[in-house]
Amino acid sequence: MLNLDNYKIAKNVHAYHQGDINVAYDINSGSLHVLDDLTFAILQIMKKLQSNGKVLKVQEIFSLLQGEGQNCSEEELREVLGEFGELQKEGILFSPEAEEWNPVYPERPIIKSICLHVAHDCNLRCKYCFAGTGAFGGDRGLMNIETGKKGIDFVLDASAHRKHCEVDFFGGEPLLNFQVVLELVHYGRQAAAERGKTIKFTLTTNAVLLTEEVQNFLEQEDISVVLSIDGRPEVQDQMRPYANGKGSYDQVVPRIQQFAAKRPESSPHAVGTYYYARGTYTHFNLDFDKDVDHLLELGIKQISLEPVVAKPDESYAFQKADLPKILKSYDRLGEDLLARKMKGEEFSFFHFNVALEQGPCLPKRISGCGAGHEYVAISPEGDLYPCHQFVGQEEFKMGSLWDEPIELNPHLIQAFRNAHIYKKASCRDCWARYSCSGGCHAANHAFSGKLDEVYTLGCEFQRKRLEVALYLQIKEKSLNSSYEKDSATK
Amino acid sequence: MAKHIQTIVKANLSETVKTGGCGECQSSCQSACKTSCTVGNQVCVK
Repeated sequence: MLNLDNYKIAKNVHAYHQGDINVAYDINSGSLHVLDDLTFAILQIMKKLQSNGKVLKVQEIFSLLQGEGQNCSEEELREVLGEFGELQKEGILFSPEAEEWNPVYPERPIIKSICLHVAHDCNLRCKYCFAGTGAFGGDRGLMNIETGKKGIDFVLDASAHRKHCEVDFFGGEPLLNFQVVLELVHYGRQAAAERGKTIKFTLTTNAVLLTEEVQNFLEQEDISVVLSIDGRPEVQDQMRPYANGKGSYDQVVPRIQQFAAKRPESSPHAVGTYYYARGTYTHFNLDFDKDVDHLLELGIKQISLEPVVAKPDESYAFQKADLPKILKSYDRLGEDLLARKMKGEEFSFFHFNVALEQGPCLPKRISGCGAGHEYVAISPEGDLYPCHQFVGQEEFKMGSLWDEPIELNPHLIQAFRNAHIYKKASCRDCWARYSCSGGCHAANHAFSGKLDEVYTLGCEFQRKRLEVALYLQIKEKSLNSSYEKDSATK
Repeated sequence: MAKHIQTIVKANLSETVKTGGCGECQSSCQSACKTSCTVGNQVCVK
């Protein structure tokens, strides 16, 4: 029998309407259900009663149902409550709150992933660049091979017993320092092999210098690639121009198309050797679903589009009135992508790829990333920062590759280790907590000045994206099962 | 068979408090401007 004594429904079950279905997401188990309209109405009433401090009683729920004009009998209400009880017994609805994971870290952090800023310079001048158009507020410069090798040695040492390490080439624009990238890949593979480890390399690029030679190298060396492109020509050209103000669309798009065509089997969960096109949308293109559409029409099938994080006085920053439009754009994008799936198109929009059955464990989910204690960024000079977004911010400098020994600032390590959902007031009761995982540290800090206070607009985006993602998962499963049924009957 | 509720995914995330936390999975990035993916998108490597 259903027992909701001392159970906060709103914190632990998220029920919402999306497209033509009612979805119930059981947060603690990660289970997903579709509710008929009556059940949805009952659940909403139960939540409302709880929020008013009322104890849940069948008669009161029934009376409110009738007050809403719901045409159901008390027997039907009891039927629904009975189904609730069965699912609760199975542990997949109204499931108990997950035990709070108390992370226990080794005294010495295990750094298994680094971001090498091989170039603090760039051949574009993107308007929203968090890197100050490439130089992070410092001098423009390139990382030399000695510093790069030291960075790789650092991650191989600091990863302790972890076999799999990650090295990302970043900037500025890393292809401005391609020779160093090339040498570091060869060096890294050898150095890792000598220690019985492996390095997964990835590289982010604006594609201006993504020549055939570079593409071949990336392919041959199994380097995963993130290609920065915002979408439609007018969007790309407005926000990602060259230094002379000229748009970059015409040059970068053919290169990105060419490279994307080399990797048709890219994983939707960024496993193995993949590519994806990563764009940014701003106040100037709130209808960003059209940019996703445009990229798909170009044959670019792996797409991630992120909202810009900006100071509020920037022209491209979101304004309050933008939020409803952005949410509608996610709704439209969901329907558009669903329609494409139904026609048999293959593609991936990153935020909608929720791995419901093979996703990360709960301990992983309490924090959005390992910045500052599992992952660090390294500037061309060899300075260590929690992640690429903090590079150049002096108060976040964690150490230097040239220190002997290399000891990361313990206060910063602790601060980032503590920046998980159980320490963030806004996150503890949020239904998206195990997927959003507290958001981005850099965005949170930029917005609130603190690591444990979240960027509230980011929360809105995360929740909306997750709602659409869960809806699409349901729709795709029913699409697949009807396809299997059709195939079986042929 | 349930009449009013259709279960699409049965999961047991909270159980992984006991079994998880190995740390072998890919580093994630919630803003995805780096090269990895977000927590919500990735898969367990075990």
